[in-house]
Amino acid sequence: MSETTPTDLGPAEGRHPMTGNALSGDARGGMERHTYDVVVIGAGGAGLRAAIAAHESGARTAIVCKSLLGKAHTVMAEGGIAAAMGNRWPEDNWEVHFRDTMRGGKMLNNWRMAQLHAQEAPERVQELEDWGALFDRTDDGLISQRDFGGHKYARLAHVGDRTGLEMIRTLQQRAVALGIDVFMECTVTDLFKDGDAIAGAFAYWRESGRFIVFDAPSVILATGGIGKSFKVTSNSWEYTGDGHALAMRAGASLINMEFVQFHPTGMVWPPSVKGLLVTESVRGDGGILKNSEGKRFMFDYIPEFFKAETADTVEEADAWYDDKKNNRRPPELLPRDEVARAINSEIKAGRGTPHGGIYLDIASRRTPEFIRKRLPSMYHQFKELADVDITAEPMEIGPTCHYVMGGVEVDADTQESAVTGLYAVGECSGGMHGSNRLGGNSLGDLLVFGKRAGEHASSYADSLGDRRPRVDEADVKAAQTSALAPFEVEGGENPYTIQSDLQQSMNDLVGIIRTRSELEESLSEIEAFKVRAQTMVVEGHRQYNPGWHLALDLRNMLIVSECIAKAALAREESRGGHTRDDFPGPDDEWGTKNLVVNLNEAGTGVDLHEKPLPEMPEELKGYFA
Amino acid sequence: MTSPGRAHIEARTLREDRWWLQPLTTFVVFSAFVVYATVRAFMGRDYYASPYLSPFYSPCLGDCVEGASDFGQPFGWWPLSAALIILIFPLGFRMTCYYYRKSYYRAFWLSPPACGVAEPHSAYSGETRFPLVLQNVHRYFWYAAVLVGLVLTYDVLLAFRPMPAEYAVGDGETSGVHMGLGTLLMIANVVFIWLYTLSCHSCRHVVGGRLRHFSKHPVRYRLWTWVSRLNTSHGRWAWYSLFSVALVDLYVFLLATGTIQDVRFF
Amino acid sequence: MSYTLKLRIWRGDKDGGAVEDFPVEVSEGEVVLDAIHRVQATQAGDLAVRWNCKAGKCGSCSAEVNGRPRLMCMCRLSDFEEDETITVTPMRTFPVIRDLVTDVSFNYEKAKELPSFAPPPRDADGKRRMAQVDVERGQEFRKCIECFLCQNVCHVVRDHEDNKEAFAGPRFFLRYAELDMHPLDTHDRRELAQGAAGLGMCNITKCCTEVCPEGIHITDNAIIPMKERVVDKKFDPLVWLGNKIGIRNKDNDGRTEV
Repeated sequence: MSETTPTDLGPAEGRHPMTGNALSGDARGGMERHTYDVVVIGAGGAGLRAAIAAHESGARTAIVCKSLLGKAHTVMAEGGIAAAMGNRWPEDNWEVHFRDTMRGGKMLNNWRMAQLHAQEAPERVQELEDWGALFDRTDDGLISQRDFGGHKYARLAHVGDRTGLEMIRTLQQRAVALGIDVFMECTVTDLFKDGDAIAGAFAYWRESGRFIVFDAPSVILATGGIGKSFKVTSNSWEYTGDGHALAMRAGASLINMEFVQFHPTGMVWPPSVKGLLVTESVRGDGGILKNSEGKRFMFDYIPEFFKAETADTVEEADAWYDDKKNNRRPPELLPRDEVARAINSEIKAGRGTPHGGIYLDIASRRTPEFIRKRLPSMYHQFKELADVDITAEPMEIGPTCHYVMGGVEVDADTQESAVTGLYAVGECSGGMHGSNRLGGNSLGDLLVFGKRAGEHASSYADSLGDRRPRVDEADVKAAQTSALAPFEVEGGENPYTIQSDLQQSMNDLVGIIRTRSELEESLSEIEAFKVRAQTMVVEGHRQYNPGWHLALDLRNMLIVSECIAKAALAREESRGGHTRDDFPGPDDEWGTKNLVVNLNEAGTGVDLHEKPLPEMPEELKGYFA
Repeated sequence: MTSPGRAHIEARTLREDRWWLQPLTTFVVFSAFVVYATVRAFMGRDYYASPYLSPFYSPCLGDCVEGASDFGQPFGWWPLSAALIILIFPLGFRMTCYYYRKSYYRAFWLSPPACGVAEPHSAYSGETRFPLVLQNVHRYFWYAAVLVGLVLTYDVLLAFRPMPAEYAVGDGETSGVHMGLGTLLMIANVVFIWLYTLSCHSCRHVVGGRLRHFSKHPVRYRLWTWVSRLNTSHGRWAWYSLFSVALVDLYVFLLATGTIQDVRFF
Repeated sequence: MSYTLKLRIWRGDKDGGAVEDFPVEVSEGEVVLDAIHRVQATQAGDLAVRWNCKAGKCGSCSAEVNGRPRLMCMCRLSDFEEDETITVTPMRTFPVIRDLVTDVSFNYEKAKELPSFAPPPRDADGKRRMAQVDVERGQEFRKCIECFLCQNVCHVVRDHEDNKEAFAGPRFFLRYAELDMHPLDTHDRRELAQGAAGLGMCNITKCCTEVCPEGIHITDNAIIPMKERVVDKKFDPLVWLGNKIGIRNKDNDGRTEV
């Protein structure tokens, strides 16, 4: 497909079998160069699906990922993939799913993305099965679907409580079968442009510390979220907002950055696993929330918006599990933002557990066999890490930073950002989930938009013919200098300290409940972190040096943190994943607009402006009458 | 272990627990059994104490003592011990058994002695070549083991026969049923033998494991789930039945040599 | 609740290295990976270690703790005495890159050699039907998080570098078994499992099962059934005869050899 330039060190053959590294371990200097049509950054669900689509559309495709293939954060997804397949409820269809998604996002979603997602998710799930996924089955032999918060019908295709692992393994095996080139343990630090269009990317091998230039007209960002900016988080070290920051530096904008989802149920003890996710399926399968007084408190927190579809008595809530037609849903299954806020209030009111959480109890409600069958990973996780037998005692849980609804502003149909040739999918794109994401919609999002982005990126690259953008050698030099900067400093600070201070600050000041004064304070703290980060010092050399890697990631974390704090300060209402103590309710005026952030002229901070929501067509408005 | 490119660590293992305990125990117990069984198999006597027949000699097809041959003496011409005629079947079953293989590869061949402990051999070809490729005949030994199990079950029934007159104590001894400690031991033995035989991996494969569609074969699926449940303790049944076989034989030996008297229940 | 742990870590690269002492403060409820991270943040910023989820779900932080292959994130300090020395070394079967990070490309190479799932066309309504009981065996195997501890502990390659060519290892026997038991797959991979993947090299000493952090019964549920399936195909004349005269059941029909 793409011609190989003389500076290329060769494609797949001759590369290191695992990492794709083309240089021998002993070679000094030199820089690798590869030419592709589509470069996908990130090998989670979205990145793999995009790469598969790009490859199948004929593009020469590369996947670049920070970890080993198959280790991406998608493995942590537990509940399932939301798709209106109607296997359990024939009444279910894309329209109901669309309505649930929009309502869950408090109507701030990009309607077109929500629509495409609801329409295409079922086929994307079936496709996984064609590639070898083994979902749990219904009695008829179809893919089983489970209940989840905010979804009207049981809709989540699942495999026990390890759906994410199944999905990533399936996509990984598919990508391997197709022979797509993978660059593992390789981090992208810069994007190159030629005029207004993407020309390529700059990266370093974690293993050797040496650099690579990718010449590619299409770059798909699939880097996931920003959770590592917070102290208590369910996210891994990789979640440093790389895609968000790369897009901004390339000139694209981010939207909805104020909306950060705090998952209501994360582990709170022992300290080393604080924040680790406890799947929503525990509640979907019968688990309830209790405070230290033993009260099932969620009945006190049913908001007006969901009153009509939520049970208001214990009897009705309990009856729902067996008879979903004639009973309304238990309040434990309200959307995540509602449950997280309720838990937060109970803890603040002094009704928390000894370790500062509340109780999630399934032991008293289901048999040990049922629990072990339906929630094997959770059983294992608590047994191994906390010495708690969840079939015999309640879990202690509390909110944990889980997902960012905000991300790169993209075109709904193509996933292209404001920069030609730059695409974003999955968590690092914005709009699909509005102000709050429903459980299960993330995995669907990855598949639906991953495929779309891959296809569009491929056809754009194809349309260019010989008129491909060229990487400017001066930009390569600049990227190299910038990446090595942390080694140049002497007598500065350790990046681990700055990171840990940033995480604490974000957790305290931009957490689940926000106020003006704290947000202002956080912005000034972020300014101070930026100054400290300029004099970070890194020990050792370039070969597999995590200190250096962190120093580079920290730049991204800082810029993303600033976006979140700034947008959170501007939005003077409470909606979905954004709760202001000083503006406790939603505001209709704010409900009509998104907040958009860009890198400022100087490249040192972010600018923010308001933008009206895209108008939904009349026929769709009908669903919300 | 110290191939080029790998982390250079001299020690054969960094394990600090008593990893050698298990292979050593296996080595000692198995060796003791082999010695005992060999001696008893070659003795060719003291294997029958009416109504008890030692499992090492069952079925007794050679030139056996009176009362011991319940299936005739087709090998009456055989000059050596009758045990040697049939012992190949249980022995082969155990030698090719997946559990015993694990145990003796670890304890006798040290390949490996324990997990994460380097083996002393410089080359290794596993079960790809003769003679170890013959391990694949395990299922045929299993078929034989089922027959042996049936014979041993029959022996247990015979162990309820009345005692011969010279041992009779009091009335009613020469008629009806009898049960002694020997009967009890033989019952326990045959139970362990069956648990061991039915929990075999080949059995698990044959009854249903080889199918791809359990849903189309509900009965075989049910059988497979039963065997699977037994199979998780296959190693335990292997040990228990090893002890019980030796114990029954020892008991018969002691009775036959007149060292002890049978403990009678009725 | 905190104490100073006597931690020792192997540091070095392919040219050599040694175990070094890193006494480090640890507290209740922590795991080995926490201690390693603290060393990284306070004593050795360039200590190389691979990790991701820290919850036993991604299988990145594989190493050897006191000589036993473990996930560092699932290795609780409370399992050791407070005065006990804990020695952490990289996986010994794979080439070392640096410190605790090894080059596990062996596994990615083996993955490429395995022909992927080959389904028949979908049902008329565009869906596929499989019974829960038929997918359950495969589901157990798909719990695999690819930590490669089974590959690391297996003496076939751990003690014999020269076997790497001919031996795919337990992780891939798991995959062969998964596909061979898949109710829809149309390929027959038994010859390949025995030939190219080297199933016959396995002497079922079960270390893979012992170290599996997911508790998958690799030997009993995957390797041995796979060996038995290979016997059906290659070594058992009765099965051959049964197939020849058509009295053996047809459950495995419709598959083509790859």
